[in-house]
Amino acid sequence: MQYSHDTHNHTHEAHDHEEMGFWTKYVFSTDHKWIGIQYGITSLLFLLFGFVLMGLMRWQLAYPGTPIPVFGPILEKMLGSAAAGGVMSADLYNSFGAMHGTIMVFLGIVPLAFAAFGNYVVPLQIGAPDMTFPRLNMASYWLYFLGGVVMVISFFLPGGAAQSGWTSYSPLATIIPTQGQTWWLLGMVLLINSSLLGAVNFLATIIQLRAPGMTWMRLPFFVWAQFVTAFLLLLAFPPLEAAGVMQLMDKLFGCSFFLPTGLIISGKVADVSGGGSPLLWQHLFWFLAHPEVYVLILPAMGIVSEILCNNIRKPIWGYKSLVYSLFAIGFLSFIVWAHHMYMTGMGTAISTFFQTTTLIISIPSVIILTVFFITLWGGSIRFNTQMLFTLAFLVMFGIGGLTGLPLGFNFVDLFLHDSYYVIAHFHYIVAPGTIFALFAGVYYWFPKATGRYMCDFWGRVHFWCSLVFMNVVFFPMFTQGIAGMSRRMYDGGVNYSQAANKGLLGALPDSAIYSNVIISIGAWMLLLAQIPFIFNFFWSMRNGRKVESDNPWDATTLEWQTPTPPPHGNFAVEPTVYRGPYEYSVPGAVRDFIPQNEIDNKGKAKAPKS
Amino acid sequence: MEIPYTVKERKDTGLYNAKLGIWLFLASEVMLFGALFSAYILLRVGATPGTWPHGLLNVPLGTLNTIVLIVSSVTVVMAWASLKMNQFGKWRMYQAATLVCALIFLVIKSFEYHDKLTHYEVVTKEGDKHHVYDGHLVQEDKDKVVLHPSAHRLYTARAIALGFGPEPAGAHAPADHGAKGHAEKEALVTIQRSTIEHMENYGPKHHPYLAIYFTLTGLHALHVIGGALVMAFFFGPGAKMWKTDPERFTNRIEISGLFWHFVDLVWIFLFPVLYLL
Repeated sequence: MQYSHDTHNHTHEAHDHEEMGFWTKYVFSTDHKWIGIQYGITSLLFLLFGFVLMGLMRWQLAYPGTPIPVFGPILEKMLGSAAAGGVMSADLYNSFGAMHGTIMVFLGIVPLAFAAFGNYVVPLQIGAPDMTFPRLNMASYWLYFLGGVVMVISFFLPGGAAQSGWTSYSPLATIIPTQGQTWWLLGMVLLINSSLLGAVNFLATIIQLRAPGMTWMRLPFFVWAQFVTAFLLLLAFPPLEAAGVMQLMDKLFGCSFFLPTGLIISGKVADVSGGGSPLLWQHLFWFLAHPEVYVLILPAMGIVSEILCNNIRKPIWGYKSLVYSLFAIGFLSFIVWAHHMYMTGMGTAISTFFQTTTLIISIPSVIILTVFFITLWGGSIRFNTQMLFTLAFLVMFGIGGLTGLPLGFNFVDLFLHDSYYVIAHFHYIVAPGTIFALFAGVYYWFPKATGRYMCDFWGRVHFWCSLVFMNVVFFPMFTQGIAGMSRRMYDGGVNYSQAANKGLLGALPDSAIYSNVIISIGAWMLLLAQIPFIFNFFWSMRNGRKVESDNPWDATTLEWQTPTPPPHGNFAVEPTVYRGPYEYSVPGAVRDFIPQNEIDNKGKAKAPKS
Repeated sequence: MEIPYTVKERKDTGLYNAKLGIWLFLASEVMLFGALFSAYILLRVGATPGTWPHGLLNVPLGTLNTIVLIVSSVTVVMAWASLKMNQFGKWRMYQAATLVCALIFLVIKSFEYHDKLTHYEVVTKEGDKHHVYDGHLVQEDKDKVVLHPSAHRLYTARAIALGFGPEPAGAHAPADHGAKGHAEKEALVTIQRSTIEHMENYGPKHHPYLAIYFTLTGLHALHVIGGALVMAFFFGPGAKMWKTDPERFTNRIEISGLFWHFVDLVWIFLFPVLYLL
């Protein structure tokens, strides 16, 4: 292996890159770190975009039928009659809802959690010079980018973007006459191929490019999390691609994969052969989309474990339990998908099976969370911004996870299905759960990528505002859902309220309707609370406090044993690993941490020459 | 910077990078085709009893294609083995043989597609009476359509709804239709354009069986084309690598061969499922 032996860290990058032009360095880069940053910035922008869509929808829910202030006229100008008079039409509401889900999941969180952090951190943590297939890595990013472009363009098509939810259930998705759904499917095919390339690359990298001495049980937990996530993406996404191809055949060639015999549209028998199965779509969709939930959460857990150990200065309690739980989750996540389909009438025997597996999968999830909590015990915690986000993750994810248990029982699900309760449960896992972990990751690895800290004060402002408003937004949704409010109502439930149906048993109580206003205000405040983060992120790149060393958090894992920022090829000297990932506060050591590449505990770097 | 194990294998895993990569990729391909096969099962199980078509495809042609692909998977191994034994000339021969097999397969497949796309079901209405005709298109102009009734046909929901279903409908089924049509096979049917209510070929739209048939075989054919293009590249400009880096070139042939075997294997499942069962 050929490594550069230049030891002057900061001249390194210029040295390695001097022959590269602008395009190969910044646009069509094959360097895993730059691709990670490309992924990171693109996906953060998509997260913002998806959030703004929801911000607009929240106006319609809180004040149904009234023009949206400020943004209404802009929408009308951009999208025409769909936002006539600045009022969000039902069609526009539907397409914003569908695209909010799609963008947040497929263009925001997965690329950020898996592709961005994974790309930047995994090769560094295992001591590799780059990903196994750097050009595939680049192709993966550009396929993702193209998929994003297709999704964004679909907003401006006649009739707007896809309207049938991020789940795109057929027959509805097939028979809507606008082109939005076709573009959605094309965009999804691009995104699926992108994630396929990414998954193959990650797995090959972790299996093949571990540095000497980096045995499986010395892998940082973050790498394990990405490893299992990559397997989920590799094996769960293709069925959705198959389903997407079939829905595309239905849309473009008039097939009937998902259209039953005798389908009637607007009072007329549809001109289709029939004989298809709407349930087939749901099975194939959820076969991806349930593992996808774990794709969303596992990288977040990986980030949490890194930051947790680093800031309590203790090894993780039960490393092996964590790893085995990951595998249990990875395996079980493939056999729980139909708990999303209890209401489809697929039969009690099948429901019972999936109810059982669903409850079993909660065990490893609880083990992971418990391990994190026990790890906290007796630690002396450093409360920096990333640690605050991490601690909040533990609690918020706990709420999200526990409120999911009732949904796993199919007799309770009969009542809660498709209500705001489901929204609250899912968002507690993904928004104050995963997204908080991702923020923590940004604050934690920012100094490695840029050589500068993010501002701690504005980080705390960002954290506390986000924490408060996340709960203002999502907590009332539990009560709305239990009160019986359906998640699909365009007017925020006004037509089903007690006010509109005097004396009707089961009509929505006033409190559920009023909650809409509180939630909406919370959502807009949450949006404002991201401004400190955005500002901090860009301002700190150039003006943040400089790091004093290559290892500013006194961490043990290998990414901190590189120059800052790491040069092309990552390590000045090929690292050799001598110990596990979390050797903090080892008795008898001169410092309270021992990096993985140190032979003894005397505090001297003992990396042998390559 | 160089990435390790691009050519030589890593000791503890026993693999070089690309070999691991292709196996992982093939695992995801298994899931892709697996999903389509399970779609096939669900569609078939969910079909109205007695309406799932049998014998619609040409078994001799399908068998021939199966043999062609099996031969190609032998030549693909021989190609790799030749390079391992340092016999570049032999490799060229076997590589060319594989490419020819791929071409034969695609040509045969396109004939089969053509057969389906020229097969029509025609629903006519004269007065109040509906009639369903079925056969290959012989001649078509703006006044009339001439069909050559086919012994092998399927029954659409539309035809069944009009009383032209497979079995009990036999009582009032006209003489020119039905699986027993061998005797009338020679007789051409002429249909006046003005009476035609609906005319549709055996494209993917016609019936879920055809939809899954075209999707599965189409996706498979795309894989054949993709694999053939890559192998053609190695046969042509890509072969220069043999001079500069023979070991890496041999690896490339191995990788493309693994992909090719997978494509053959998919066909080994497709053939019985679509042609025989």
